[in-house]
Amino acid sequence: MKIWRYEKDNIDTDMLFPGKYIYTCSTAEEIRPHLLEDLDSSFANNVKKGDIIFAGKNFGCGSSREQPVVGLKAVGVAAVVAESFARIFYRASINQGLLLIECPDAVKSYSVGDEVSVDIENGKITVGQKSFSFPKLPKEILAICDAGGLLPYTRKKLEKR
Amino acid sequence: MGMTFVEKIFAKYSSVEKVVTGQIVTVKPDHLLTHDNTAAIIQKIQPELKKYGVYDPLLSVIVLDHVIPAASEKTATNHKLIREFVKKHKIKHFFDVGCGVCHQIVVEKGLALPGKLLLGSDSHTCSYGAIGAFSSGIDRTEAASLMLTGETWLKVPNSIKMILRGKLQPGVSAKDVVLHIIDDISASGANYCSVEFHGDLDQFSVEERFTIANMGVEMGAKNAFFPADNVTTKFLKSIGIPASQYTAINPDNDASYSQELTYNLLEITPVVACPHSVDNVKKVTELEGLKIQQCLIGTCTNGRLSDFQIAARILKGKKVHSDVRLLILPSSRQVYMDALNEGVIDIFVEAGGVVLPPGCGPCLGAHQGALAPGERCLSTANRNFKGRMGCKEAEIYLASPATVAVSAVLGKISDPRKVMK
Repeated sequence: MKIWRYEKDNIDTDMLFPGKYIYTCSTAEEIRPHLLEDLDSSFANNVKKGDIIFAGKNFGCGSSREQPVVGLKAVGVAAVVAESFARIFYRASINQGLLLIECPDAVKSYSVGDEVSVDIENGKITVGQKSFSFPKLPKEILAICDAGGLLPYTRKKLEKR
Repeated sequence: MGMTFVEKIFAKYSSVEKVVTGQIVTVKPDHLLTHDNTAAIIQKIQPELKKYGVYDPLLSVIVLDHVIPAASEKTATNHKLIREFVKKHKIKHFFDVGCGVCHQIVVEKGLALPGKLLLGSDSHTCSYGAIGAFSSGIDRTEAASLMLTGETWLKVPNSIKMILRGKLQPGVSAKDVVLHIIDDISASGANYCSVEFHGDLDQFSVEERFTIANMGVEMGAKNAFFPADNVTTKFLKSIGIPASQYTAINPDNDASYSQELTYNLLEITPVVACPHSVDNVKKVTELEGLKIQQCLIGTCTNGRLSDFQIAARILKGKKVHSDVRLLILPSSRQVYMDALNEGVIDIFVEAGGVVLPPGCGPCLGAHQGALAPGERCLSTANRNFKGRMGCKEAEIYLASPATVAVSAVLGKISDPRKVMK
């Protein structure tokens, strides 16, 4: 498992997935080669299932495009840990079932080489020797995550009608 | 204790008397906006659409604006899919290529009204706060779910009260105000919050309020709201909507805010947001003389008639600098026609400007007016992210229509106050 550390704040949706591709790439296969293209050109070819991203404040700000979230989920990123997230990105991640952890202390504590593990059940992230807790999602939102994302959740809702 | 705007409208739309910050409510929005991304949205839910149909053909507002006219077989096919969907499901509010940018259309056609709640799969959906509505951006998947069910959840946010006091100086505009605020609170300063504007708002037309609300998302806000007042009523009357057709929701005087910020408008000067973040704001005087290769006047932020009139006053009888390309991007067909009738387009074309079809054009870098490595663009749009206009080695600077017009003539970033006394 690799940690991808991006120190700067305000990593925006154009860095995560350039606007020039948004009307030609929608599926995970189309998205993958351009994932994080303008932020880190080595990411798309080297990211592996279970990797974790560490970032600063306001990660995912900007556009409502969901390709960054769909792409990160598809390549198997286990979690994005940031000091804070932009709201549409946060919402999109709930809808795709991508785990976001808002925990400034964990981000600040991380240094290269630290082992990182996440305990979703108990809302705990361990970085090196230190553990930090992060707030659990409200039950209404957890129901969407438990269903495997918003579309499966919606399908169930429609079937019950 | 009184209630903020967002508390009042969330309580109304979830049919409860009171809501508290952090509470999750379920709402049925009045409209759901989608654009070229409708193609990707409906492809996610083909079997469900076949089985259940859309929740309500009146819910969706679909505007083709992002890549128009189609730039490739792929984008043309997307547009075709959308047109077929619209016909099949009898979607009433459909606006094809050439009508304008979705946000301008929603306001111009009276689809956003005071006290209404709208969601849209575009981050600048927050624009309709200009008219006293609640509106906020969502992703494609959520738009797909809304098409099927007509409802979603919202979390009651904290509210920030921004009080605008005093009067703007000549040469300073609504764009300078909003960039000044983003500079002050940062690109994440209003994250997850509802932003309410208060104070001396009479001086701001609906068009100017639109510019400010449009950039609410650039400070992280969930929505950005101007109370409905006489200016709002007059505007709506001018587009044929009498006050009897809506019920405004305005905050109580004793509402409680997480933050109150007061801005003295007299102190605001023309500013420019520098690469690659909207909160990297500098006074125009600090950047004077910086050479530019492209200028863009228009977009959903500053592509309305009043913006064009300001730019035309500066460009009349002048030529765009020989090292600069000037692009003009009307936010709608209506704006385009009004600008034609006023002779404003003549001025732009005679000055050497290139008029683009009403849509999103170069703003998102998908086509039209992309930049080359090393080039600098001064634009009236809302974002200057790295790579936003198609090239990560190019630079985008954001400013008001006046600043961009003056700079287009001089070939370098220039202070509009020199010509606007």
